[in-house]
Amino acid sequence: MGQSPWRLALRRLRRDRIALAFGALFVVLALLALAAPLWADVAGRGPNATNETGTIDVGGEQVDVVSLDGVPIGPQWRGEYFLGADANGRDVMVRLLYGARNSLLIGIAAALLTTLLATLVGLLAGFYGRWVDAVARSALDVIWAFPVVLLGVALGTALALGGLTVGPIDLAAGSIAISIAVIAVVYVPYMARPIRGEVLALRERDFVAAARAQGASATRTMAGELLPNLAPTIVVLAPLMVANAILLEAALSFLGVGVVPPDPSWGNMIDAGVERLVTAPHLAIAPGLMLVLSVLALNVFGDGVRDALDRRGGAAWEAERP
Amino acid sequence: MTRFVAGRLGQMVVVLFAVSVLTFLIFNVIPNGDPASRMAGKSPTETQVEAIRAEWGFDEPLPVQYLRTMEQVLGGQAISYFTQLNVRDEILRGLPRTLALAVGAAILWMAFGIALGLLGALRAGRLSDRLLTFAALAGVSLPVFWLGAILSHFLGYEWGLFPNGGYVPFAEDPLDWAYHLVLPCATLAVLFTGFYSRLVRSNVLDTMGEDFVRTARAKGLSERRVLLAHVLRNSLIPVVTLWGLDFGAVVAGGAILTETVFDIQGVGQYAAESVGQLDVPPVLAVTLFGAFFIVVLNTAVDIAYALLDPRIRVGER
Repeated sequence: MGQSPWRLALRRLRRDRIALAFGALFVVLALLALAAPLWADVAGRGPNATNETGTIDVGGEQVDVVSLDGVPIGPQWRGEYFLGADANGRDVMVRLLYGARNSLLIGIAAALLTTLLATLVGLLAGFYGRWVDAVARSALDVIWAFPVVLLGVALGTALALGGLTVGPIDLAAGSIAISIAVIAVVYVPYMARPIRGEVLALRERDFVAAARAQGASATRTMAGELLPNLAPTIVVLAPLMVANAILLEAALSFLGVGVVPPDPSWGNMIDAGVERLVTAPHLAIAPGLMLVLSVLALNVFGDGVRDALDRRGGAAWEAERP
Repeated sequence: MTRFVAGRLGQMVVVLFAVSVLTFLIFNVIPNGDPASRMAGKSPTETQVEAIRAEWGFDEPLPVQYLRTMEQVLGGQAISYFTQLNVRDEILRGLPRTLALAVGAAILWMAFGIALGLLGALRAGRLSDRLLTFAALAGVSLPVFWLGAILSHFLGYEWGLFPNGGYVPFAEDPLDWAYHLVLPCATLAVLFTGFYSRLVRSNVLDTMGEDFVRTARAKGLSERRVLLAHVLRNSLIPVVTLWGLDFGAVVAGGAILTETVFDIQGVGQYAAESVGQLDVPPVLAVTLFGAFFIVVLNTAVDIAYALLDPRIRVGER
């Protein structure tokens, strides 16, 4: 029971070569991020190691890594300074890979947290109805009423200064846990609303009434009857959630409230690079392309998953509302 | 129906109140967030900080501070902690810029969204449809701030086709005004075009399967007429609704990144800069202004739908 629709979806997904290729692309990007220390060995310097006065050998000549008027060297296409240096003489390729760790980790962790919270809120609100639903919906409405980026920036700025300690949760100032929490909370309504709607519809179905009639407890009904039927929706929304979380993380870092420099993330690398587009365009282009590739990979793969699970329409929200 | 509308309006007020309290709290309960010590500048004496605290009323209980701040914000009397400028004047100065950007972008994304979506639906399943779908996904995947910076650098700075950011008031030079808006509007529209073309495509495909379309064909209408008068018209209803909501969201702060990258100096950029300085009055004012737009438009849509579909107002109660 419940097996065959999944198997069917899997078979459909396996035939969707484009979706699979882009899914694989994301996996490759994630593996590259994991392999960052290996590349740092090849390049001979860590992500935050500066080298403002050093020189390197280019075709037998010694060239300044950062010229006297502050222009960093461009891509060398070899181990050291593969993608060139930044204004402090740091290795852009190494920072790109370490930045991938931060960007992808924050994106994936935030999306997981959003999924968890949204499923919980959607299930409880939809199942219990009445005042539980009213409270949940008001809370979602309030978050929804904030412009996404503005709320993210406000929370990020406030938390970045002082951190936050609520019971066992300790968000230290300047840690990436802050970005994860902020992004997760901001996106909860976008996922909780469709889930709640689906629970409302499922609740009236015969199999739920049957489970209740057999004496299944509320928890058991939610976990055993409703959750398995919500799974396709969750599976469809999750990759898109990761894509949006990665984009929002980059936007927050770009506005200066995400990953704290000198630690790299694609967003703060773009932020630093935009100021130097004229003299050193590689600084903004490289992290931007990585960002676009990873988000595009997730979006195309997510699209394939949705096709495979036959969930066209309904979830008309896949784009980030900027 | 009256009860439904009254309930919705009540809910709207409650949500706006909660938004204002939450925004106020975000900036006032955080550690190290004491505005007085930040306003006093570098290495202030304790007496200076105390003086500022008393002058601005930061020593009063939070609820009192909240009420006073809200009174100032709603009465247009709020003053920025740092620039000492009137917040309402600043918002009114930025509003035409944000509106110009939002209107231009909205027209672009709707026009291209419909055109590309329709094209995709007509060629459904073929190579051109797949390419369009891919292009739409690519558009949705482009970070606005990066795209904006790259476009403004290459098209603006390198090739000199467009101005390199900035804004020229309409009254000063209408042509230059439009010229300066082309790139920002296009940048902001790319993301939405990707989203809307996919929405239009799937709605058109759904509508094509409806009985009334078959009827229209059966009575001998030309394919073109079936498409424009029956299919497109019906599939655009939800799209237009969403268009209104998205336009509101863009005005309400959705253009922060675009404005910052192109230095439009609109409401969004004002908010972003104020947040960075923990400048509570402007942030509170802009957030409320934005939330107001979003909540009012959402409520309007809910009420309109309830008017059209009685099931909603029964179910929602």
